[in-house]
Amino acid sequence: MSPLVNLSRRDFLKAGAAFSGALILGFKLEEAQGAGPDSEAIFNPNAWLEISPDGPVIIHVPWTELGQGVLTAMSMILAEELEADWEKVEIRKAWNDPRFGRMGTGGSRSIRTSWDPVRQAGAAARVMLEQAAAARWGVSSREVVARQSYIHWRGTDLKLSFAELAKEAARLDVPRDVPLKTRAQRKLVGTSVQRIDAVDKATGRALFGCDHRFEGMVRAVVARCPVLGGKVASFDARQALKSPGVVGVHEISNGVAVLANTTWEAIKGREALSITWDEGDAADLDSAGISALLQSKEADEAAVMRRDGDFARELKAAPTSVQAVYELPYLSHSPMEPMNCTAWIEGDHCEVWGPIQSVSWAEGVAAEAAGVPSENVRIQPTYSGGGFGRRLMVDYVREVVEIAKASGSKVQLFWTREDNTRHGFYRPASRHAMKGTLDSKGRVTGWSHHLACPSISGQLSPDRFPDGRDEGAVDGAINLSYAIDHVDVLYSMTNTAVPTGWLRSVYNTQNAMANECFVDELAVAAGRDPVALRREMLPADSRLLTTLNRAAREWGWPGQPPAGRGWGVACHASFGSYVTNMAEVSVQSGRVRVHKVLCVVDCGPVVHPDGVRSQMEGGTAYALSGLLREEITVENGRVQQSNFDDYLPLRLDEMPEVEVIALDSELPIGGIGEPGYPAVGPAVLNAVYNLTGQRVRKLPLAGNFKG
Amino acid sequence: MAPITLKVNGKTHQLAVDPETPLLWVLRDHLHLTGTKYSCGISECGACTVMMDNQAIRSCVTTAQEAQGHDIVTIEGLELTDLKPLQDAWISEEVSQCGYCQPGQLMTAAALLRHNPAPTTEEIDAEMSDVLCRCGTYLRIRTAVAKAAKEVRS
Repeated sequence: MSPLVNLSRRDFLKAGAAFSGALILGFKLEEAQGAGPDSEAIFNPNAWLEISPDGPVIIHVPWTELGQGVLTAMSMILAEELEADWEKVEIRKAWNDPRFGRMGTGGSRSIRTSWDPVRQAGAAARVMLEQAAAARWGVSSREVVARQSYIHWRGTDLKLSFAELAKEAARLDVPRDVPLKTRAQRKLVGTSVQRIDAVDKATGRALFGCDHRFEGMVRAVVARCPVLGGKVASFDARQALKSPGVVGVHEISNGVAVLANTTWEAIKGREALSITWDEGDAADLDSAGISALLQSKEADEAAVMRRDGDFARELKAAPTSVQAVYELPYLSHSPMEPMNCTAWIEGDHCEVWGPIQSVSWAEGVAAEAAGVPSENVRIQPTYSGGGFGRRLMVDYVREVVEIAKASGSKVQLFWTREDNTRHGFYRPASRHAMKGTLDSKGRVTGWSHHLACPSISGQLSPDRFPDGRDEGAVDGAINLSYAIDHVDVLYSMTNTAVPTGWLRSVYNTQNAMANECFVDELAVAAGRDPVALRREMLPADSRLLTTLNRAAREWGWPGQPPAGRGWGVACHASFGSYVTNMAEVSVQSGRVRVHKVLCVVDCGPVVHPDGVRSQMEGGTAYALSGLLREEITVENGRVQQSNFDDYLPLRLDEMPEVEVIALDSELPIGGIGEPGYPAVGPAVLNAVYNLTGQRVRKLPLAGNFKG
Repeated sequence: MAPITLKVNGKTHQLAVDPETPLLWVLRDHLHLTGTKYSCGISECGACTVMMDNQAIRSCVTTAQEAQGHDIVTIEGLELTDLKPLQDAWISEEVSQCGYCQPGQLMTAAALLRHNPAPTTEEIDAEMSDVLCRCGTYLRIRTAVAKAAKEVRS
């Protein structure tokens, strides 16, 4: 049980005079089960509920709104148990504050870690308000009831608002183990209320990081070494300083910053810089070399991440064995809003505004760069124009604070699209050597997955995995959903100078691709239906099996695809949720076209049905985007792609029809931001095989599919 | 340097800017109309789309000079026009996720409806495929444009 604390009774809050008389509940959000790889970007935040004697119900949401709808969804959960009037709840993006714990948004954690504690907090606050009202009226609490931000005296017309009761309620102890609403009692959770940001985002009023304007603010862009990991050797700023609007040029740890009155002037000023780079060690690095390096990794030298039974023996004994190798490229997050951040230092204080996923990590980095104590760093996470994991990294926060310190100015740092594409933290390239065995009845008896790829955490902290055992890298591989007697999961940590980062569903993007394409290959080798084979391997109580069965029923599997179309299936569990995808494809003019994707998802309780639908549609689009054409390649240590003319995301006319079925239940709640991604790609590749007989084992599809 | 005169959302502004400055940055950094977004700077993604004399243009590659003498409508001005039903449809269809590309989507849709009040699905797809969205809101964009078209016609 997570601790609930009536913060209004705690000394450390007395400092905030604004809070006097307010009922303030702080509550710790839980660490999610199966949270995936740990990292600097793992969080354990608290949230706050604040009811002032003279104000609305205020909910401080410690999660960054990246488009996933968390401001709405978390607040709904709280308002439901509190019996607050949803229309009048005020939802605020929380500032960083030690009282919020370790803040950051990732790992599809927000709602699944909020679900229990937020409900408990809402219910506890409601009971305190009821007790306060009962005491005021001198009746038993059974005679009062909370509805729509009022406590009513049952059977009378009397009522008191939450605000009127806040002061008295704040003096009470926080009750424990308040019964939560049953499913049938919920009025808000499980409905698709309008998102709180819907209007602002349709009118241009929503302020993203780069939309904030501060008095006296200047703009900055940074020239960074085109070679990954390179540094400034020397530079000449004379021409840049003569460029119109340029007010300063400063070297920072990551390059040379040009400051100007407007963004355009800063961009033009940067073009006038003359820089000699120290290209460092990566100047010879190229994609072919990285592929060869991944290929050179031997299975018998890899770290054994999981070993059940004896796969080596089974491989020799089994009547049939199958092998396949899958190769996936680096991918760029490329959120639509480029990286940007605003910061200034005043005395020993530093303030930072920006689209930031890793708030607490950013706080530490800002403190270090500013040379101020971390308790003197204030961070306001803004609306974020997508993130997909890119804003878990805090490189841009360090940059802006360094510029603010060097210049003494209030600075808004801006990255162009080229900066974004060339200086990312990419989804790691990977190579998966798969082996499987079948018995004489076509049952899968053995499974071996040898993964070679960079370790995100290992590249960030080179000393972290001296034995190469990064559990994060094998997420989605070691926790294979299928029950197979002989299983090996092997990992060859292969770090390079290409920066890597967590991209939506992280290593599940690669491992699910390998798993689910390979299961399809095993089914073909066994002469079995791919759904039937999966059913046989999934435990009877598996939630993934439930989604598979539902998908098969909805889709009409097994069945005959329409003429000229192929069908494929894939399923995968990640971040506490279970997803089966089915896909229908055709080939037109040598190109794969995806017509239809079915997504059956079990994430336990569905807080906001349309929000879940939205995330699954989005996960589908992002996965297809990463499958069809996207690829980051490196030559001479330089990322070769630069903008949306050579890094090519999915467009509207390529978007398939997507049907989403969310199995709403009271089973443990799962995440929803990421689980929509992993099974889409393999379902499509399996459909391509179904149609054409061609196994595409190297991505992206474009260039590797021989139409 | 002669001042540039721009007419944006029905209001006339005189500005001392380099005439070669892209309209995008004039809108964002001089007029503080931050609804119009940068995302690529090379006319590939459509996030910066505004209407110029009822045509969808890319403000990232249109100079202030080129915009002079024309009627510019940005996302901030859309609700003052008869095309506001687009925004209503965007809200009721819950199109936005992160929302960053949506001003460009909306202004592209606005120009489409200006010229073609009854677009077919194919026509919507053809026009709206010019604007990137990384969140994957495409299906809802298609639905919302069709819905708004109906509303604008009636």
